[in-house]
Amino acid sequence: MKCIPALCRKTVTELCALLDGGQITSVEIVQAYLRAIDARDGDVHAYLETYPDDALREAAEADARRALGQKRSPLDGVPIAVKDNLVMRGRVCSCASRMLASFRSPYDATVIEKLHAAGMPILGRLNMDEFAMGGSTENSAFGVTRNPWNPDRVPGGSSGGSAAAVAAGMAPAALGSDTGGSIRQPASFCGVVGVKPAYGAVSRYGLVAFASSLDQIGPLCKTAADAALVLDVICGGDPRDMTSDPALARPCAGREMQDLSGLTVGLPAECFGEGLDAQVRAAVEAAAGTLRGLGAQVRKVSLPSLPYALPAYYVISSAEASSNLARYDGVRYGYRAQAYADLDELYRKSRQEGFGMEVKRRIMLGTFALSSGYQDQYYLKALKARELLRHEAAEALGGCAALLSPVAPTPAYRLGEKTGDPMEMYLGDIYTVPANITGLPAVSVPCGRSAEGLPIGMSLMGARDSLPLLMGIAGAYERTARVNEGMHPYDAVEEEARA
Amino acid sequence: MNRAYEMVIGLETHVELRTKSKVFCACKNAFGAEPNTHVCPVCMGLPGALPVFNAQVLRYAAMAGMALGCHVHHRSRFDRKNYFYPDLPKAYQISQFYRPLCEGGALTIQTGAGEKRVGITRIHIEEDAGKLLHDEKSGTALDMNRCGVPLIEIVSEPDIRSAEEAVAYLRKLRAVLTYTGVSDCRMNEGSMRCDVNLSVHRPGEPFGVRTEMKNLNSFQSVERAIEAEYRRQVEALEAGEAVVQETRRYDQKTGKTTSMRRKENSADYRYFPDPDLPEIYLGDAEMAEIRASIPALPDERRMRYMQRYGLTAYAAEQLTAERWLAEYFEQAAALAQNPVALCNLILGEVFAQITLRDTAHTGERGPEALPIAPEHLSALSDMIGAGKVNSSTGKKILSALFDQDQDPAAYAQDHDLFTLTDPAALEAAAREALENNPDMVKTYRSGKTNVEKALMGKAMALTRGKADPEALRQKLLELLGEQG
Repeated sequence: MKCIPALCRKTVTELCALLDGGQITSVEIVQAYLRAIDARDGDVHAYLETYPDDALREAAEADARRALGQKRSPLDGVPIAVKDNLVMRGRVCSCASRMLASFRSPYDATVIEKLHAAGMPILGRLNMDEFAMGGSTENSAFGVTRNPWNPDRVPGGSSGGSAAAVAAGMAPAALGSDTGGSIRQPASFCGVVGVKPAYGAVSRYGLVAFASSLDQIGPLCKTAADAALVLDVICGGDPRDMTSDPALARPCAGREMQDLSGLTVGLPAECFGEGLDAQVRAAVEAAAGTLRGLGAQVRKVSLPSLPYALPAYYVISSAEASSNLARYDGVRYGYRAQAYADLDELYRKSRQEGFGMEVKRRIMLGTFALSSGYQDQYYLKALKARELLRHEAAEALGGCAALLSPVAPTPAYRLGEKTGDPMEMYLGDIYTVPANITGLPAVSVPCGRSAEGLPIGMSLMGARDSLPLLMGIAGAYERTARVNEGMHPYDAVEEEARA
Repeated sequence: MNRAYEMVIGLETHVELRTKSKVFCACKNAFGAEPNTHVCPVCMGLPGALPVFNAQVLRYAAMAGMALGCHVHHRSRFDRKNYFYPDLPKAYQISQFYRPLCEGGALTIQTGAGEKRVGITRIHIEEDAGKLLHDEKSGTALDMNRCGVPLIEIVSEPDIRSAEEAVAYLRKLRAVLTYTGVSDCRMNEGSMRCDVNLSVHRPGEPFGVRTEMKNLNSFQSVERAIEAEYRRQVEALEAGEAVVQETRRYDQKTGKTTSMRRKENSADYRYFPDPDLPEIYLGDAEMAEIRASIPALPDERRMRYMQRYGLTAYAAEQLTAERWLAEYFEQAAALAQNPVALCNLILGEVFAQITLRDTAHTGERGPEALPIAPEHLSALSDMIGAGKVNSSTGKKILSALFDQDQDPAAYAQDHDLFTLTDPAALEAAAREALENNPDMVKTYRSGKTNVEKALMGKAMALTRGKADPEALRQKLLELLGEQG
């Protein structure tokens, strides 16, 4: 059976209304999603593990609360699934790596605590590129995830499981993490909304670190309004994360903008140059027209240092990763080589066998970039480029509410198409890394289709504290453009109400 | 010491700070607990865990810096020091490399050769690693209680020229830090550990190649390691061999140093700013508050004791080596007739008793090692000074007070220990001694007058040691002369 329950086409916003109206229970929603996963995930492979018993128990508890009129949050009872780099007490958190295949965390990430506090049942953990390194989810040690729109295409990455699960109706919402575009690019490839909040908006406590100065957790949902609801659950300062900033916790939901008059949207010239697919360019330019139609002023801006963003990103992220991933040494937990003669060999073989190719490539790159004698040329240079870009982005955003650009240079490519050429793969991050390098919030919103029917996304990046405004603009665009309306990557069946 | 070669020493001292919790998590900072009971995801370096800087560590480290005369920076930062070792759960140590909290201080030390200033290059904050427990049967186990215990590393300038100076520096460092209360500096518990960097050169020539000896954990091993390494380097140079830059281990059993790893194999720590921790900021108001909370330090007290009580520099240095001792002395001295005599009593007999009673040979000396009320010790000092008890009886009383603290005068009264000064009684004792020992008297009179000492002992014994020795001696000589 390849059909999914029609309930799984509903948005989070719609599910909230149905729950509030007593027309449906959380248990029914969770059951529907579990059936959808049964029906579709054999093909898509978005999930690494589902938690049917706990999700149903959490749903029943949510229903009991709602029956007493004691709902914990607007989202009480709405299920969600999470990327497998967010730790949950007692559960495996593998980061899609052989290294952590059987690692169970003794504690919950702050965002997991927040999901529990909001009453959201957790459906399962989602596939990703190993340790979030990659842009196609092909670097998972546990098999690729396929794009629900076309099984020959990648779903993007590294949060490919999160994007595919939402697109395929296997979760109404998902959490991902974004270090260089890992939420926004798969959102764009799978035709869903993905948000990378400003650095510091969401606590990183319990997010397995890839590049600590760039990592952010964010939601993937069907609509901007849905994402805003989830953002309101997960944002906020955290005394366990010194890089979190309570000042960034501003409500995003319920802010519908009818027109955008008085707002200026900037188009960075450097984002529309060589290497950009013509269909993507056309879709984003059309989106600019839609925004203009809503009253926004659209004008060209320039970020001259943008060409340095990608190399700077790969140096900084790899440098930090080389340090963050050094703890996986086979000594205390995680994968340990079977046979070793001494401590050095234990380290070497455990890491050699436990890590995949791409992870090893980044560790070597980062180790090199930090080595004495090379640090000035690479790491410190990259930090300088980062400062330049921060400055230029701030300047551009001084006169604009948001910067509009493509999310990725092309729509979803074929599985295996770029695995042999890491440089080609890295170039796919060119439009997304600036938000991470600068720490600014950015949202990926579906803005069109390629001739082959593959989703295309656009990016809106704003000032550090502008997330509510960005979500407002994204929502206004979405309601006007109706890009996804009537389009689904799967068939659905209406089901009889259950006894 | 070979006079042709001078040794040049710089010390890196790690000191654990006595905060209630660890430096980056809420786990208890305590010595001696069951293994792996004071641990959490943060100090175990589990995936996803993040450090949160303990503000008390900043205050303590800043206080240490101020007490050591350093410039304490308003802004400093944490860096990661990357290396693999099983006791380091994150495979990096959070430390301060590029921008340490404190720079540019000094310590004044006293040695036999007089006073000397040893520069302090920097003080930075870092986290301690865990402890590997080796067992021949069950293999190696890991205790992570110490992971994340706050440390400061105090780096000296290469100003030290002998083992004696190195130990004097460490003792002084310990004195200053224990005064501020930021650490208990117990080398036997590892809360103070020392790395020695040593090179030798001919005076007038550039410094030689240095070696490093790590984790020396007693003053004695510092002293012996320095002497052994100095000898080794001089012998190597004399034999025409080069000294290579390397880390060496000092073996307490053999008394020798052996090579651990050479420079060319040494790790590249790939220091870079820790992205999980924001820049540290210490404002003027808080700096002033910290400075105001620092108690009178050893040098200040040493000067005061010299001026007010007339103590020698050496004696004052000894008394100020530990805060509890200085405070004890100050209380007792305020009551004593003769503070110099009190000082001598402490540095002599009291220290001897403490050493005698340190059956575990820890070499540590806390207030519990001196269980006598200051007023009792000052009363005893006065009794001895006034000749109410002689010095050997004084020792007996002191020992009794160590066993059970009490008023020394009452004890002397109860045990009939006051000095015998009654001339008639002294004469009777002297006379009896001469009568009992006619041979000695004959010897004396034949000109071998040093037999007088033996006669004196006999006479003293007859008074059960209580006689005023000078008065008894006078009486004895008088009688010997009379009959002659």
